[in-house]
Amino acid sequence: MTTKLFGEPVQRREDPRLLTGRGRYLDDLGPDALAAAFVRSPHAHALIRDIDVSDALDVDGLVAIYTWEDLPDRLAEPLPLLIPHPALTHGRTAHPLARERVRHVGEPVVMVVARDRYLAEDACALIRVDYEVLKPVVGVEEAAQGARLVHDDVPGNVGAHLVQEAPAADGRDARELIEDAPHTLAFRLDVERSASMPLEGRGVYARWDADDSSLRVYSSTQTSTSVRMAVAAKLGLPLPKVEVIAPDVGGGFGVKIVHPWPEEVLVPWAAMLLGREVKWAEDRREHFISSAHERAQVQFVRVGFDDDGRLLGLEVTILHDHGAYTPYGIIVPIITSTQLPGPYKLGAYRVEFSSVYTNTVQVTPYRGAGRPQAVFCMERTMDRIAAHLGLDRTAVRAANFIQPDEFPYDQGLTFQDGRPLIYDSGDYPESLRMLKELIGWDAFPAEKERAAAEGRRIGIGVGCYVEGTGVGPYEGGHVQITSDGRVHVSTGLTSQGQGHETVFAQIAATELGVPLERVSVVTGDTRRFGYAVGTFASRAAVMSGNAIALACRKVREKALRIAADALEADPRDLEITDGMVHVAGSPGAAIPLATVAVLSNPLRYAFDAEAARATQFAGASSPDRPPVDEGEEPGLEGRDYYSPIRSTFASGMHAAIVETDPLTAEIRILRYAVVHDCGNLVNPMIVEGQIHGGVAQGVGGALYERMVYDGHGQLLNASFMDFLMPYATEVPKVETAHLQTPSPLNPLGIKGAGEAGVIPVSAVIASAVEDAEGIPITRMPLSPSELFDLRRAAS
Amino acid sequence: MKPPPFDYHRPSSLGEALDVLAGTGEDGKVLAGGQSLIPLLNMRLAAPAHLVDINRLTDLAAVEEEPGGLRVGALARHSRVERSARAAEVQPLLGQALRLVAHPVIRNRGTVVGSLVHADPAAELPAVLALLGGSVRLARRGGTRDVPAAGFFTGPLESAAGPGELAVSAFFPALAPRSGTAFHEVARRHGDYALAGVAALVGLDDDLRVSVARVACVSVGPVPLVADVVGACGHRPPASADWAGAARAVQDRIEPETDIHATADYRRHLTGVLAERALRDAAREALHA
Amino acid sequence: MPERVHEITLTVNGTVRRVAVPGRRLLSDCLRHDLGLTGTHVGCEHGVCGCCTVLLDGEPVRSCLTFAVTADGHEITTVEGLADGERMSPVQRAFAECHGLQCGFCTPGFLCTVTALLRENPAPTDEEVLEGISGNLCRCTGYQNIIKAVHRAAELTAEES
Repeated sequence: MTTKLFGEPVQRREDPRLLTGRGRYLDDLGPDALAAAFVRSPHAHALIRDIDVSDALDVDGLVAIYTWEDLPDRLAEPLPLLIPHPALTHGRTAHPLARERVRHVGEPVVMVVARDRYLAEDACALIRVDYEVLKPVVGVEEAAQGARLVHDDVPGNVGAHLVQEAPAADGRDARELIEDAPHTLAFRLDVERSASMPLEGRGVYARWDADDSSLRVYSSTQTSTSVRMAVAAKLGLPLPKVEVIAPDVGGGFGVKIVHPWPEEVLVPWAAMLLGREVKWAEDRREHFISSAHERAQVQFVRVGFDDDGRLLGLEVTILHDHGAYTPYGIIVPIITSTQLPGPYKLGAYRVEFSSVYTNTVQVTPYRGAGRPQAVFCMERTMDRIAAHLGLDRTAVRAANFIQPDEFPYDQGLTFQDGRPLIYDSGDYPESLRMLKELIGWDAFPAEKERAAAEGRRIGIGVGCYVEGTGVGPYEGGHVQITSDGRVHVSTGLTSQGQGHETVFAQIAATELGVPLERVSVVTGDTRRFGYAVGTFASRAAVMSGNAIALACRKVREKALRIAADALEADPRDLEITDGMVHVAGSPGAAIPLATVAVLSNPLRYAFDAEAARATQFAGASSPDRPPVDEGEEPGLEGRDYYSPIRSTFASGMHAAIVETDPLTAEIRILRYAVVHDCGNLVNPMIVEGQIHGGVAQGVGGALYERMVYDGHGQLLNASFMDFLMPYATEVPKVETAHLQTPSPLNPLGIKGAGEAGVIPVSAVIASAVEDAEGIPITRMPLSPSELFDLRRAAS
Repeated sequence: MKPPPFDYHRPSSLGEALDVLAGTGEDGKVLAGGQSLIPLLNMRLAAPAHLVDINRLTDLAAVEEEPGGLRVGALARHSRVERSARAAEVQPLLGQALRLVAHPVIRNRGTVVGSLVHADPAAELPAVLALLGGSVRLARRGGTRDVPAAGFFTGPLESAAGPGELAVSAFFPALAPRSGTAFHEVARRHGDYALAGVAALVGLDDDLRVSVARVACVSVGPVPLVADVVGACGHRPPASADWAGAARAVQDRIEPETDIHATADYRRHLTGVLAERALRDAAREALHA
Repeated sequence: MPERVHEITLTVNGTVRRVAVPGRRLLSDCLRHDLGLTGTHVGCEHGVCGCCTVLLDGEPVRSCLTFAVTADGHEITTVEGLADGERMSPVQRAFAECHGLQCGFCTPGFLCTVTALLRENPAPTDEEVLEGISGNLCRCTGYQNIIKAVHRAAELTAEES
């Protein structure tokens, strides 16, 4: 079949515009809009005594200055807490502009609107804020001591505390089993802060139409539908009078799922108030100190196991750094604690986390969203067990794997979507076999020996993960075939470079039997599709992909019904090839989908030759039936939703070979191998691209990137000079192999792929460096300077 | 991140530039490549009242051989010097260092003299000038002066160029016969400022024994540190010279500090490793010279 | 007091453009907001990310680290000027073919950098490619397909010349 496109490495349909400068990102819009800029707190913790704007008033081109005092009722309230949870007993969110107190460097205090951004920044520089500086709380351990408080009404700085227990089959709990185990180990692990850091910052552009009393907002967001609801609620506008569009977005990686950002409500509010278009395009320094970070955790591990390395009980206690606020709830530590088991049967598991406030930038999901920490913990544990027993590291893992015939496998925990954590599919032993072959695991000891003879130190590492992808609650798809034969697909979730326009078009073209060129896809535009959740949790292909497939099936069924009438055939005998509906095996009797679309919509008025074929006097409908039959709608279109019972669980295993310089302690990745299972692949080229990019971010997290705060709560490296995102020169070539165990949970058999690449990298690199150096690696990232210190401490 | 306002001047001759600089005094700042200055302006960490753009003074773009060395004009971009075959012959250390300066695109715009005047102790070129004992020519209305490297770098991001002065060129002494150079550094990412870096110059006498051994270190003090280690390595042929001893002598001289990327101890260690590597490489070059 | 502006002339993608800008106007902002060429992107405004790279008299430079006034009288090529009419250049086509872009935000900077790189060195080695693109950050692709695209662009250029 010529239109079978599912599974093909189709070139991206986004590319021609993005390659020629015709992409439209947020700051490319609204050339005449006024510019907003913000005075942000230079202190980590302070009371605001006074704000003096008098000097700024002389700036040429100044339009408006706003402080918290100026905000109307709903805007003056704290921003929403998006994902409440019973364990989040002390959730706190910021005000759009600081009210009386600032809790991290970068918190917005004053908004300035001016003719352009240069002038707005001039005015900001002239606004004097008088602060009473308070001592900040920096670092999770200081926060957990609770000697000083970030929020006066949050005792001990603890925002949330959650324990989950999954006892063994015989009902015994983890602590008991660890006590009785033949072998036990206890240790501490640390993961430091990093951040999504898309190359395009956040941004908002708002147009108020006074004649129509309507608002159009463009935002560089991962969820335009929810921004729309938030803006309507905060500004007191009827929902149908607000439209939100995510234009081309220059990367998200999690940070742009948070909403509404202060700027997302303030900029539209100012646009309404001023009757002028207003735009705010975040600059890089703002992004460092005013958006969100992730990853920082301290983990305390106790594990009990038998002589073969089989886990009997695992207990993990996590201190999670949540920064100053919890706008996105406690999703990150929930994911860490529930994804920690990975592909293993744990015996019994007990996990406890405390999420504590610090006077630093808030913590919300960054690609992987708590999983890199979870995998670091589990995989470091596996390596410890192997070292303790003198076993091969992959043998210990294999001894603990869930077996292919054990799916669906219930881990006995409650996942981030509030549903039972039940793995749907996978084949972990096969995955490990493929990985060992790809990296040459069994041949490595000889290679290591040869290198040692040349004075070189090399090491190999491995890491396995399971990733809950495609979480609900739902996504929808709308498909319309117009009388020119074109197929218009829309879904509410947004795109940040994942190639959704391409993969959704592949799915639609395959389902409908039309050429790819005839399909166009729109995402993230509330004018086209109003109901959606958003792009996060590796869910776009699973959720919108299946919703679009279901919508296509509705449209296809209708098309076959109409065509069957026209062709005087049984719809069950029809199929669609290249946009032609025909009797299977008999291409002669055929009718184009374009004509079916015409026939689907009985008209009174003819405005062109196509339409003339469907008017009341030309139509083929029977005179004893209404032109639009009962239960039918005019038009060849359909809408459907996909709402899964629970998440799908993708998985993967990575291995790396590293070399450490015996003198300079520099760490170089010589090889990096990935075996990946995300079920059926819609577009293997795009899946590979997602893996490459994820691994690169993982390499950043393992060896380069950290947010460094000093004791005053100042972020010391808020620039690309000192926050070290890897360049091409730092990222290894990634060798990939795919295993496809289709998910039984959805019609397309797919699982998500967006986050996978980043998840195990820190664990893998730690494993490899440990192998090269023979020194336990317990914290990430790891710099040459730190490796040097570790060597000295060990010798 | 937009620069604060300033009065922009674009002189079309050196005389005009010096007049403007004389007029603006302390408030004037010279713009050449701008690759260090403009980031500071964009972050509003610098706010000069006047910016004097010398990019029209194309006469200052020359890279010329002079008796005893190479003169590099104030508008000569890094990339131009890097690609100059003549420069590489006269003083190979320049090319060895320039390859380590940031990234190729930055080198297309940044200037050698600008880097010297910026006087960042983590930068490569100040170390090169200091190691070779070069000089910077400063012009002001009514005169010029040549300031030797030893007196030019006065502190972190501070040079001897005063208000009203324009650094019009720098002079890099030529490589002497039977001499060699090398530049080694370790940076977190390729192209970053070095955690530690060492430029080395080794010269041999007629008996091919080490008679000159000098290093300059970056990122380990307020200004590029030059250490003469000929005593430490011994007046011996390169193969038997005590390069490790020389490296230890370098380590004793430096005063590195801890920052977010590396501890002082690590920098000291690294400087020793790099000093030995650079000295050995420079000696090898000298033998082949 | 309104800021003083300077009349400048830039030849952008072969077209002479006259514009009045304050001395502090960054070339990136001038191209994007004064001339409407929004294909040049701004990712950091301190010269590290490379998104804003354009060709100034044929050489790649950071437009966020160049004042528009300094470029007065010079020729600039932006991503909008790389294609030959409707036909994308070999570099652009190679990036599409090799999946060398995802969100596309860093892409214009890479395209300008690589175009200049291949003009100077039509058949670069792996190492030369790495050095050539070493000053451009990409947060999406992991660079592997970008490197592949550079080699592919070299091939396409050779085939078509």
